[in-house]
Order: sequence, then C-alpha cells, then structure tokens
Amino acid sequence: MLRRLNYCQLLRFRAQNLDLDLHTLKRKWGSSYRALSSQTAALGEEDLGREQTIQQYDQLYPGHISTTAFQKTLLAVGSGIACMINPARDDMICALGETTGPIALRYMHRKMLADPEGRQILEEKPVINTDTVDVDYLGTLPEGTFGKEYWYFLEENHFSPDARRPVNFIDDPDLVYVMLRYRQCHDLTHTLLGMPPNMLGEVAVKWFEAIQTGLPMCITAALFGPLRLGPKHRQKYRNVYLQWAVRSALKSKFLLNVYFEKHWATDITELRNQLNLEPAPVQLKKSGKNTKTK
Amino acid sequence: MAAPLSRSMFGSLNTCYRCSSKPNKGLKFVRNIYFQTANYQRETFETPSSTKDAEKETHFGFQSVAEEEKEHKVYEVFENVASSYDVMNDAMSAGIHRLWKDAFVEKFSPSPGTKLLDVAGGTGDIAFRFLKYVGTPTFGHPGDDFQMPRDVTAQVYLDPAEASSSSSSSSSDEENGHKSEQAKDGNYATQPDTMGNHVTVCDINQAMLDVGKKRAKALGYTTGLSWVRGNAECLPLPDSSFDAYTIAFGIRNCTHVQEVLNDAYRLLKPGGRFMCLEFSEVKNPLLRSAYDTYSFQVIPVMGQLIAGDWKSYQYLVESIRQFPNQEDFAAMIKSAGFRMVTFQNLTFGVAAIHSGYKI
Repeated sequence: MLRRLNYCQLLRFRAQNLDLDLHTLKRKWGSSYRALSSQTAALGEEDLGREQTIQQYDQLYPGHISTTAFQKTLLAVGSGIACMINPARDDMICALGETTGPIALRYMHRKMLADPEGRQILEEKPVINTDTVDVDYLGTLPEGTFGKEYWYFLEENHFSPDARRPVNFIDDPDLVYVMLRYRQCHDLTHTLLGMPPNMLGEVAVKWFEAIQTGLPMCITAALFGPLRLGPKHRQKYRNVYLQWAVRSALKSKFLLNVYFEKHWATDITELRNQLNLEPAPVQLKKSGKNTKTK
Repeated sequence: MAAPLSRSMFGSLNTCYRCSSKPNKGLKFVRNIYFQTANYQRETFETPSSTKDAEKETHFGFQSVAEEEKEHKVYEVFENVASSYDVMNDAMSAGIHRLWKDAFVEKFSPSPGTKLLDVAGGTGDIAFRFLKYVGTPTFGHPGDDFQMPRDVTAQVYLDPAEASSSSSSSSSDEENGHKSEQAKDGNYATQPDTMGNHVTVCDINQAMLDVGKKRAKALGYTTGLSWVRGNAECLPLPDSSFDAYTIAFGIRNCTHVQEVLNDAYRLLKPGGRFMCLEFSEVKNPLLRSAYDTYSFQVIPVMGQLIAGDWKSYQYLVESIRQFPNQEDFAAMIKSAGFRMVTFQNLTFGVAAIHSGYKI
C-alpha cells in the first residue's frame, strides 16, 4: 500500500509522472493507484480516475488469477454445485479443489517434505505431459509393467496427459506444485488401483485420495458421488469397493511421495507390493460412457 | 499504389466503398485468419510502416495494448463466449437485459417499411425484437428444418429497384469478392418481407453470427433478414442505405468509437436515426459502489462457473468502466454530425439509450 504523501510529496509525484497517461499510471502503481486517486481527489486536484479494482494476472506464477476471499467463497460454493450437477466438468472440480484446498495442501506439503522421495519430487518438480513423457515408449514396454498399464489406461479411454488443467486460484507459490502434482497423479492412481474412469471407479479413487490427502474436494466427491450411482454400481460400492478403498488408503504409502516417472518399467504387482497397495478384490470392467467426456 | 486486383481478393472486409483507398490496418489479424493468402504476396498491402502508428496504445479493459492488437483480443473474447453468450447475459443481469432490449425497441418504435442495420448484433437479440415489433411473419413450425426460400441470394441487401438493375449491370470485382466471401461463411441475405421491413445484422465475429443464424432458424424467420460479417468502423455496405442504425452493447468493444459513429452517419439515409444501447455510468455513489462490487466480485466468478472463462468476463466488466459516460458519449455522437442527440438512463444509469438523427 502506498503511504499517504504530504502535499509537497504529492506535487512532486505528479510532476515526475506528468508524461504518464492514465493506463501506464494504473499499471505502474497497481493496487496503490486507488489510494493515490482518492488522495489527489481529496486535495481538490483532478481525480486520477474512477475507483476501480484492477485484476492482476500471472502475479505469483503463470496462470495465476488473484481472487479475494469473497470470490473464493463464491467460487467454492458455485463449483461444488456445478460438480454435483455435471461431474464431467473438470474445470469445476479443479476450481473446487483449489479454493477449498490450502489447509490440506499444507498438510500434503509437510508429508512430502518428511519423505526423502517426496523431497526429491519437490526439488525437481517433475511435470507429466506429452513433452516429458513419451507415450509411444510406454506402449513398447512389456506387458504387466506400470508404464504399459498406464498406456492402456490412456489408450482405452482416449486420454492425454496434457489434459490436466493448470492451477489458477491458489495464492501460495509453494502449494501450487503440490496441487499440480496431485492432479497429474490422479490418472496414475487410477492405474495403480486398477479403477476405470466411470462413476464407480472415480468414487473409489476419490475415497482413496480423500483419506490420503485430506482435500475437501475429494472428501465431498467421495461423500456425494455415490448418490449418482445406479443400483448395480451402488451394490458393488457398498459390498466391495468402499471397504477396499478405505483399507488400501490407510495401509499404502502416500502416493504423492512416489516418483512415478522412475517406475515405468517396474512390474505393476511388484510396485503395488512395494507401496503396500492391495489390488481390487473384484476386477471392475468399464462399460459405457466414462465421466471424463462432457 | 496497391494493385486493385489483389485488394479485391479480400473482398470488402478490409475496404468499404467509401474508404477503399485506405485499407484498415487494424484488420490485418482478421484478414490473416480468414482469407486464404497463399497466392497473394503480403508485401503489396499497406502495412503499418510508420513506427508512430505501431506504438499507439489503447485500453483493453484495464490493460494497455497496441491498437492493432485490441481488435484481435476482442475477437478472441467473443469467440470464446459466443456459445454461452445468451445464457451468461441472463445470469449476469438476472434477465434484466431482456427488459433493456425491449425498452430499446419500444423507444425506437420502428414504423413498417423500415430498413434497419443492426451492428454488433451477432446473436440477433435486437433484430428479432425488431422483426416481432413490425410484424414480420414466421414460417413453418419454429425449429423445423425448413427449405430456404427461393429469394435467398448471396448478395448484400439492395433496394428492390437496385436489385433488378444490379443483376443486369456489371458489378465490380470488389463486390463479387465480397459476396462470395460472405456466402462462403454461410451468411445469407434475404429480400424484405411484404411490408418492406428488413434488418441487416452485422458482426465482426463469425461465431456470434452463427449463433444468431441458428436462432433465426429456430424462430422461423425466413424473410427480411440478412447477415453480414464486417468491422463496424468500416462496414462493406453502401452509403445512405438504411433508415435506422442500432448498436446494442457492442460499441464499447470497438477500437475507435468515433470512427464507428462516423461510419454510422455515412450509412444512414438523410433523416435516419442512430440508436445505441450501452452500459454507462451510475451517478448515485451508493448504487455505483454496489454495482462495482457486484461487477468485479461476482461477474468473473459467474463467468468461470457457467462459461469456464474468467478472463473474458473480467474484460467485459473492465470495458464498461473504460467507456465514456452518458454526456461524453452524447458529445461524440454530436461531433459525428448527428443532431437532436438525447439519452435516457435505464436502471439508474447501468445502461443508457442514446439517440440521434442525421438531419
């Protein structure tokens, strides 16, 4: 915030900035512009312009949209409702996660710092997209490897690792990478658990993530997602998958601490053993539309 | 001088009949996107050679951008919002925009036989209200797949007398180029209805026009409606050819507002009426602060929730603040040559209807 200037300082400021037009002035002084504007108006000088808020983009990181607490609340409530109405809207799921996530993200950040592999991930900040991961190479890996299973997951569902949205609404630069890593590992969690991206599979993965990460978005999805299940799926959910998801989440290693990029060629059963991950007792086969399509 | 043959390959999107000697430099981006320039050598076109032109900046919301860039950025905004435009309008104004547009057409009170030019009217809100007011009949059951009427031609609207003569006389290369370009986008033109009413809907953005055409089909309007893609600063339409010119919630997005007003003066017949519906200044300070809070805190969030686009709606609310207030805009209309310029506030100044006559 600009400190209040006395009259001489104000005149000097005006004299120095005579050549600047209104827009450059706004850009240069940012949010302090409003204070200056009202101050000059109070002194009887011409108003520098109407009092307005100035939206800043990319302030803390590329893709950052600065929001007030009121806007975050509105966004959280609105995106929650939008997710319930249309679970296929990934931008709403992301918005809900980001606006409600900071506390859980700090918990996840602490957990990552406590683990050596997690610390390495935080230092190196690997990103999973088509530039860093050669999808064709994954296809050439032998059957039963983690990379090959992930490749099957992408191929069968027509997904791309690029489809993960960037982070917009988080105001702490440390937590931005944690959120991004969580989002990018979602598909890998699907692969490890062997869950397809239909509603039941998503609910199972969300239960798993809710318990491991504590993100409110995952918790709400896990609690309210089952309301959208059909009768057959609901039966399976109640009898098999709910208990299994909770059990495996509590037993297994925190998945964000796993440097997945180093395990493409590892056999998937071996990887699951290493992570103490219990595979699904009953295989879930996907049939029909998945929730990712809009 | 640039070769006339080459200029005509781009139709009249960049040159209107009046200013054919100076192609609009700001349209460079639109040209590059929409016209196949494979055979054409760009060097022969007038590009901004003077550095002074290139440095000129204008506002894009609260950001500062080069003048040339603004048109492209505005274009992108409307391309992004086109599909959810009507839904968002209803959400942001709680349906009040419909009342504003109704009041606008009521104030306009067109008489039968009016030839209206509706600029920046992509999705057709004003055009359909006009047709309803003057009583243009709708054909078939709205929503059915109807056959296009026999009188559909890929021509810019001309008076019936001119239409018969133009088919016999040789039209210039420019006109042919323009007609074929409009036809390629699917922008059709129809003859006026039996009472002589006709509306030409213009927009710089083809996506918005496509939404409008879809709505026209759903409502069943087959006569009295033409669609033209063009820049409001320099429309590819003949001088003194319209009884009325309307522009609703479009003029604040134009790079050069005064040029739009000058072009409006050119296009109107003597005695023609210019009408503009636009967001304006709320005078009452209490209401203004409530309105500002709502605009800046709620609308971008709504844009993110409904349309998935924060930045376009932030731009829209900022552009409202950058537009001149009621009195300043009335002065601009006067300086374009219009007389009897008046304005009427709607909803305490949130919107305002400006009106002027070419006499």
